[in-house]
Amino acid sequence: MRETEVLSAPLLVEYPFTRTVGPVQSAFFTALREGVVLGVRATDGSVVCPPVEYDSFTSESLSELVELGDAGVVTTWAWVTEPRDDQPLDHPFAWALIRIDGADTGMLHAVDAGDESAMATGMRVRIRWADDREGSITDIACFEPEAT
Amino acid sequence: MTEPIEVSAMPDGLWSQPAVDTAAIDVLGGVEPVRSIRTPASLTYRYTPGLSQSRFLNAMAEGKILGERCPQCGKVYVPSRGACPVDGVPTTEPVEVADRGTVVSYCIVNVEFTGRGFDIPYASALVLPDGGDIPLFGLIQETSHEDVHVGMRVEAKWKPPEEWEKSLENIEWWRPSGEPDADPETYRELV
Amino acid sequence: MMRDVAVVSTAQTPHARRVEDRNEVEMLMPVLEAVKGAIGVTQEDLDFTCSGSTDYLAGQGFSFVTILDGVGPYPPIVESHVEMDGAWALYEAWVKIQTGAADTALVYGYGKSSPGDLPRVLSRQLDPYYTAPLWPDSVGLAALQGRALLDSGKATEAEFAAVASRSRASAQANPNATISLDTTAEQILAEPYLVSPLRKDDCAPISDGAAAVILAADDRARELTDSPAWIRGIDHRIDVHGLGQRDLTDSPSTRLAAEKAGVADAPVDMAELHACFSPQELILREALGLGDDVDINPSGGPLSANTVMAAGLVRVIEAADRVASGDAGRAVAHATSGPCLQQNLVCVIEGDD
Repeated sequence: MRETEVLSAPLLVEYPFTRTVGPVQSAFFTALREGVVLGVRATDGSVVCPPVEYDSFTSESLSELVELGDAGVVTTWAWVTEPRDDQPLDHPFAWALIRIDGADTGMLHAVDAGDESAMATGMRVRIRWADDREGSITDIACFEPEAT
Repeated sequence: MTEPIEVSAMPDGLWSQPAVDTAAIDVLGGVEPVRSIRTPASLTYRYTPGLSQSRFLNAMAEGKILGERCPQCGKVYVPSRGACPVDGVPTTEPVEVADRGTVVSYCIVNVEFTGRGFDIPYASALVLPDGGDIPLFGLIQETSHEDVHVGMRVEAKWKPPEEWEKSLENIEWWRPSGEPDADPETYRELV
Repeated sequence: MMRDVAVVSTAQTPHARRVEDRNEVEMLMPVLEAVKGAIGVTQEDLDFTCSGSTDYLAGQGFSFVTILDGVGPYPPIVESHVEMDGAWALYEAWVKIQTGAADTALVYGYGKSSPGDLPRVLSRQLDPYYTAPLWPDSVGLAALQGRALLDSGKATEAEFAAVASRSRASAQANPNATISLDTTAEQILAEPYLVSPLRKDDCAPISDGAAAVILAADDRARELTDSPAWIRGIDHRIDVHGLGQRDLTDSPSTRLAAEKAGVADAPVDMAELHACFSPQELILREALGLGDDVDINPSGGPLSANTVMAAGLVRVIEAADRVASGDAGRAVAHATSGPCLQQNLVCVIEGDD
């Protein structure tokens, strides 16, 4: 057979997903829309944020909501120099796990620190709220270093 | 025989969750609760159909329908994906099949959903091209849908050659060829 | 009473950076032909077929169905698929054999990651409510784990670089590797970060390819090969899925899977670990309880060839091949799935004696 001219073409795969939320997540996203962060109390008394519907270790249904602060501590971070589409920021930023004040677990989000040298494990960061909030994790636009 | 278990007798928490006490959270009072979140996703790729299907599409641009023969069972697959699904071996021998064939199955479509303005109702069909062993999917036109039947002989209606691309869309539809019905032996395995 | 199950045949493609000309079935078929041909079996001789793949890699809906053309699935075969690495397809096939419903099984894993942006595609496996909407890339998440490991004092960047350097050097003996290099740890440490604290060399390449094994039980294994590689233990466990709920410096699921698979029952000669980022190899060694005398990733590991959806199965292949050839007596193969070693499979492979 003579040499085959192999073809290629761009392919776009798109999904407009909408996902329903249960009672715990409904409370969390409603509160976010209103500018407040909630956690949930786990079986062992610790506070999980973002909250889960069932205890991750005992599988019991969880229902006790806890109001948390709007700032927290970075427990680990990574510096992104070339952001990809749809990420929280379009200039270099840090991914981080942030333990919101009052919670015992970390929330994954972005920190707009400006420069890698401004990031450190243990630093305090504060929520920058999105201008338009609809009840989504992106109601938190990102975190920023807490002003000293 | 044991009684079927009522759903309501299932262990707590399986079909329902305890109510979450939102009364303790001031900011949740009197506001419409979030019931769902939008999570659109969009991913882009560079797709290749591979060697076999590229050969098929390239041949389409030349007005040819190209299949490939399995070296073990001898069947001609069109379009070919590069493998014989019976023997699990590569199909490598190119075989040009005719642009006329036999209707081996069809359905009458009563709903306009393509947006291409065909008269409703119309017939879609599986057409076994002469020389091939599996049928192509296509539209039947230039005849009443009531005339379409298994065994009917049809020929491809191509777009004008200057409009040909590397696409099966070069064949706009299939129309009666005027030949007498095909001998059922020629399509016995497919019905 | 557990049946003895062995790997009796293996095959893999060279793991290329891009397979741009062939589609997935054209890419997989030579591997299936080789794995069956090596022991002279046909599809009719195989009681069960199980595959691991995900359509999201190449954006091809139902890819795992259309690829069956290359298996020869007619007359109808008994077949299953997992939306996971082929190592989990192997687990399902092993279970099938344990139930007595099969004596032989064909297992394969394949992936074409090159058509898409892999770190972006992998974000679709994350928690859809709290994490996926942020579109975190896989490298960024692995970097979080890397920094946590550095902060804990359990490892240094020099140790990351040493893993990378050793892996790429070992790959020079592997004809199927995507990359193999002669760089020292010092040279790697001098490079800029990709996503700090990870450098490009700390990260697996992106490869296209396929791999397959044939499993057989008891006497059937001995009929098919003179050197069966026996699976003496196999288990898989998963950690809590919330990244912020985990201690990223440890892998409890790997530790538990290793215990259940019996890793510590006898000395281990070598281990093939599915660590796609150098910090993860250090975490896995510790969780598996592997001492300094264990030869880690003699194939070069995922840092040298990373066909997503096959790389875990390739770890089993690299371990089984060395056991079958007599280069190793007792080997551990590990496979992982999800961000930051979320889910882990551990397999212990031994030769006769």
